[in-house]
Amino acid sequence: MTRVVVTGMGWITPLGNDLDTVWKRMCNSESAIATIDRFDASSFPTKFAGQVRDFDWTAYVNDSAIHHSPAMNSQFALGAAKQAWEQSGLGNFKQLNLERAGIYMGAGEGVLDFSAHSMIDTHSWDVEDDKVDPVAWAKFAQDSLDEWGEVEQEPNMPLWHVAKEYGLRGPAFNCLTACAASTQAIGEATSVLLHGDADVMLTGGTHTMLHALGITGFNRLTALSTYDGDPKKASKPFSKDRGGFVMGEGSGMLVLETLEHALARGATPIAEIVGFGSSADAYRITDLHPEGRGPAAAITNALSQANIDPKATVDGKPLVQYISAHGTSTQENDSIETKAIKLVFGENAPNVPVSSIKSMMGHLIAAAGSVELITCIMSIQTGMLVPTINLDTPDPELDLDYVPNVAREAQVDCCVSNSFGFGGQNNTLVVKRFNS
Amino acid sequence: MGTAETKVVISGVGIISCFGEGIDVLWDAMLEGRTGLKRIERFDPSGFTSQVAGELAEDAFKVRKIVPKSHRKATKVMCRDTELAVGASMLAVASAGLATAGTGDAPPTLQPNRVGCHIGAGLIAADVNELGAALVTSKKEDGTFDLAHWGSEGMQNLTPLWLLKYLPNMLACHITIVHDCQGPSNAITCCEAASALSIAESRRVIQRGDADACLSGGAEDRVNPLALYRQHCTGRLADSDGSGDMSSLVQPFSEHATGTVIGEGGGIMIVESAVSCEARGGLPWCTIEGIGCRQSFADSPLDADPQAIASAITRALEEAGSTIDEIDVIVPLGSGVKQVDDAERDGLHTIFKDRLDSIPTITTIPYTGNCMAGNSGISIGVAAKALQEQKLPARLGADQTTGIDAGTCDSREMNIRNILCITAGEGGQCVAIVLGRISS
Repeated sequence: MTRVVVTGMGWITPLGNDLDTVWKRMCNSESAIATIDRFDASSFPTKFAGQVRDFDWTAYVNDSAIHHSPAMNSQFALGAAKQAWEQSGLGNFKQLNLERAGIYMGAGEGVLDFSAHSMIDTHSWDVEDDKVDPVAWAKFAQDSLDEWGEVEQEPNMPLWHVAKEYGLRGPAFNCLTACAASTQAIGEATSVLLHGDADVMLTGGTHTMLHALGITGFNRLTALSTYDGDPKKASKPFSKDRGGFVMGEGSGMLVLETLEHALARGATPIAEIVGFGSSADAYRITDLHPEGRGPAAAITNALSQANIDPKATVDGKPLVQYISAHGTSTQENDSIETKAIKLVFGENAPNVPVSSIKSMMGHLIAAAGSVELITCIMSIQTGMLVPTINLDTPDPELDLDYVPNVAREAQVDCCVSNSFGFGGQNNTLVVKRFNS
Repeated sequence: MGTAETKVVISGVGIISCFGEGIDVLWDAMLEGRTGLKRIERFDPSGFTSQVAGELAEDAFKVRKIVPKSHRKATKVMCRDTELAVGASMLAVASAGLATAGTGDAPPTLQPNRVGCHIGAGLIAADVNELGAALVTSKKEDGTFDLAHWGSEGMQNLTPLWLLKYLPNMLACHITIVHDCQGPSNAITCCEAASALSIAESRRVIQRGDADACLSGGAEDRVNPLALYRQHCTGRLADSDGSGDMSSLVQPFSEHATGTVIGEGGGIMIVESAVSCEARGGLPWCTIEGIGCRQSFADSPLDADPQAIASAITRALEEAGSTIDEIDVIVPLGSGVKQVDDAERDGLHTIFKDRLDSIPTITTIPYTGNCMAGNSGISIGVAAKALQEQKLPARLGADQTTGIDAGTCDSREMNIRNILCITAGEGGQCVAIVLGRISS
């Protein structure tokens, strides 16, 4: 039976741009949330976010000229992919069949030039007709917008850049299931390998909505925290006083291979993807199903594929030692996710540590799941569980072990990583310590 | 439990195109050789050099009339792309003879948690009138935009759920809600390849045993100023003010091709395991025999790559266990964009050699415009119809093409065993799908 292993991983995040730095900062309970300085958000209801800093994408590519001015989401993906590719050692494997090396991204759209678009829409506004004059609009657009910048907004552009950088010619997909996208991409990349369509898949996610229209959209949905104290305290998943999510940005990328392929080239598997579950709430666009039907189905399906009974124990301990929660810090998500975990794990639920790294770096939207899966793998590798920070006011309704505020040592061999998207698309991955 | 050998069929087809609702109105137009392209009427396109589209008539499609009563309120938060996808899904479900939560009070034919949904979507363009109406409230007296006012007050003029209209996964999410599809669900965003990749994913999901059937395909609306501008930026559009003969505006594989035109529409299929279809007494339209997916290595994301196209075809034929002699018709992207057409022809020639110019093609874009994420949903739906009807529709475009049978012709009856559908999308994703006739 085909097995799928992870042989490389990398990330670009608000907490740093390499595996070790970010990991150390998370273990030290640090927050990357700070005042937005990419645009003037001082009048916005939300003025803070987790911003990627000190990042120059050209340091992560062989020849920047081939990349045609990548948008920021593509830049992040190139940065994370470089780390993953190098760790996998595939760069030195000259026999790689590039038509058997594919890519599955969960990437969001590029950054909209809000300054230009707001000028175009307002200047072309016809007061008498109370709508845009399309002829004037077209003229202003053609005079003001960067044409290539508009092309770069297509969500599959990060895929193109990363595939081009590494010469990948195998199966290629991009999905965008909102906050669940990169978990879905990794799960489906695993499926492509299991189906026999590729030997190697570069996969993960990338996104930034840290621009004026992105913050506007989520502010109007009242999904973002408008906390008026220290921004580092704003993201507080599972806390009673949680008040919405905090925007983040970045990318997480992984190299997946069939075990056979990895071993044949002498690579060292880092971990094994053993389960993937996908479901739809099929309930409402604006709300999660109140009983957590969809999330519970995704977790159940992933554990079922992994042949793991969530209610079983060995020596009194659950078979899953850590859950990386979607844990957005919204009232609804954290409550429903807790319900779903309880539904699936039954009496074991209180004994499975659950934490949300969104408390420290914010919500990376499409990229969140891939960064969180890497967190799971780092937990397996280091024997550390990263905390949910800002959990100072426990919610009596939420009574799981959320690893509050301080990292802890633990023997971790098997993790679950959850991602649930706006609109009700739910995805869960199960990753295990590699055991030959 | 499925396996890679699990037989998968298309058991229902729902299409919305500039001709209106359903495959039949499109098919009839294609039999008659009647294009749906015309000068854009939804807004004044005079500011653009390409002023033509495959655009639905104002009253040809109203999503509120086609969705169940329980979902009518939700149509207020649908963008046009979502309306098209939901409409096509209603047609697909009806075509397959399925009962779902969206079709009435009858119990669902299939268990909701065994029905998946994979929908191709595009970069949904904001309605410039809706956004502009909010933005102008933050215009200063000197005419410049006041971001500080926008942050404190102006944004309140946007409807609270504004963002939810424009998330590409909303097409799939609305469909899952209407039909109560609780199985695996995804939104594939790969330009023209999106629908075909969605069908590939649905088949894989069924073959790995996670669903018995999936609603699959895609839709997109490019007939609005922002989306038209974005296509304009690619340099791929044919210039026209809508005067003259629209049936030869888009000329796939012609030396004289000047580009493509935009469209709105999409195609949703019911992709189903053959066992499930047979067990419920369904009548499949065709089989999905093989699929190959590859990524371009061209120097630009706007250019297609013959090698990737050829490799995708090779893989699809391998999976299908078919030889090139068993392919009777080819449905290429055929966009009228010369570089892309040339790459498609070269990729096909790598596989079919000199036989290529004797295999007839079906090209849909001269009829419907390029519906981007919905485009391969439409073309695969047409291919399924051609297999079912054993007919080759008429072709529009140029009288002469070189090296490939893609010039204008009338419709005719034809013995069609297998059809190869290919698409090479902006961004480099290439998909080849071999569809097979249902044997009696």
